[in-house]
Amino acid sequence: MNFWQFVLQNHTEVLELTGEHLWLVGVSTVLAVLIGIPLGILITRKPALNKPILGSANIIQTIPSLALFGFLLPAPWIGERADRLAILALTLYALLPLIRNTYTGIKGVDRSVVEAARGMGMTDGQLLWQVELPLALGVIIAGVRVATVISIGLATIAAAIGAGGLGEYIFRGLAMVNNSVILAGAIPAAILALLADVSLGWLEKRLSPR
Amino acid sequence: MTSVANGNVIEFRNVSYRLSNGSELLHNLNLEVQIGETLVLLGRSGSGKTTTLKLINHLLIPSDGEVQVNGRSTRDWDVIQLRRGIGYAIQDVGLFPHFTVARNIAVVPQIEAWPADRIQGRVQELMKLAGLDPQLAGRYPRELSGGQRQRVGVARALAADPPILLMDEPFGALDPITRVEVQREFLALQKRLHKTVVFVTHDLREALLLGTRIALMEAGKLVAVLPAKEFAGSPDPLVAQYIAAFGPEPNT
Repeated sequence: MNFWQFVLQNHTEVLELTGEHLWLVGVSTVLAVLIGIPLGILITRKPALNKPILGSANIIQTIPSLALFGFLLPAPWIGERADRLAILALTLYALLPLIRNTYTGIKGVDRSVVEAARGMGMTDGQLLWQVELPLALGVIIAGVRVATVISIGLATIAAAIGAGGLGEYIFRGLAMVNNSVILAGAIPAAILALLADVSLGWLEKRLSPR
Repeated sequence: MTSVANGNVIEFRNVSYRLSNGSELLHNLNLEVQIGETLVLLGRSGSGKTTTLKLINHLLIPSDGEVQVNGRSTRDWDVIQLRRGIGYAIQDVGLFPHFTVARNIAVVPQIEAWPADRIQGRVQELMKLAGLDPQLAGRYPRELSGGQRQRVGVARALAADPPILLMDEPFGALDPITRVEVQREFLALQKRLHKTVVFVTHDLREALLLGTRIALMEAGKLVAVLPAKEFAGSPDPLVAQYIAAFGPEPNT
């Protein structure tokens, strides 16, 4: 049976697994945005926290994904269900690009603009919301883009702990030594990654100050 | 802001400023700026002019001594209130690239929460005052010429009608012809508005044209403070040296 036949015969399952995959990536990316962007802002305000926070995010990134899933297994509540575990791991991986891009985006805002804003009597909050964040938005979205694309690839490994997603086919195909089944997982995942890359790339361009 | 009895709007009292690595950018400065005058801080790069200026609106904090604005030390001011009473125009202009001309001019009125119709009226008034075509209101800074950007910078600094204006080489990036034009406009503007202005420049001709008094600075120290009319004829050797160094035909 070739790849196309397999996909046609199992199209409901392919869609279901794609849906699971999107769920894992979507929830973890939203969580990572909600945590990573505030942390990125925080380290522009408190330089002393810069090294510990960026350092931790860096270290997380170096942990092999299978090992990270394993480490998190004993965690209460989270360890009870595979999808919670996968979401936590994916969130942790997505933090680094988000924190780093938020930080570099804000730090990259023209110093004369920031100085003018301060000199005119903007409060720190006004400076952040009216000047720094709008001007850093393109760089921050670039971080979301990198995080999302990485997550879509990484989420395939979540199947190893039973969290579902397109990785199911990849692991099943490996066990069956069946390339069609592997491709039924790999190709939709690759398409998702490309779509995310193109759409977020478009958004990044639109929101970058010209 | 209220004016003060002795006419000194800004006073430097034994002010020194050092970087955290210990190098001294400003040494024991004593200087007063009187109400309604344009005091020019003149000197070459690194003489401490910009440092002096930033001490006034508390972008920098004195290492020793104190700076008083309207009789009160900048340390005791609520820094946001202090800055909103002081217009600030800088060399790189620092216009917000993501705001239109109108929005740039409206920044201070906006953060001061003026009603929208009052802001709009003020923006139109300022654009006229600064010699800007009203059609430019919807443009972004990148779509303007250098001269137009500088005018927007000055209009923005004047927006909330602050009694004090700090200007750091605001016309420095302009070609000589536009520069003379903008200087004349500024002079005419100042004749009407009577702001207390502290104006930083290295350009002797600009200092002589715009200044009521000129404070010459060198290597973090104040060399001399003279009325602009007496500056060129001053017997002070350091003043004479600066004038001589500038050459008979100032070219900037």
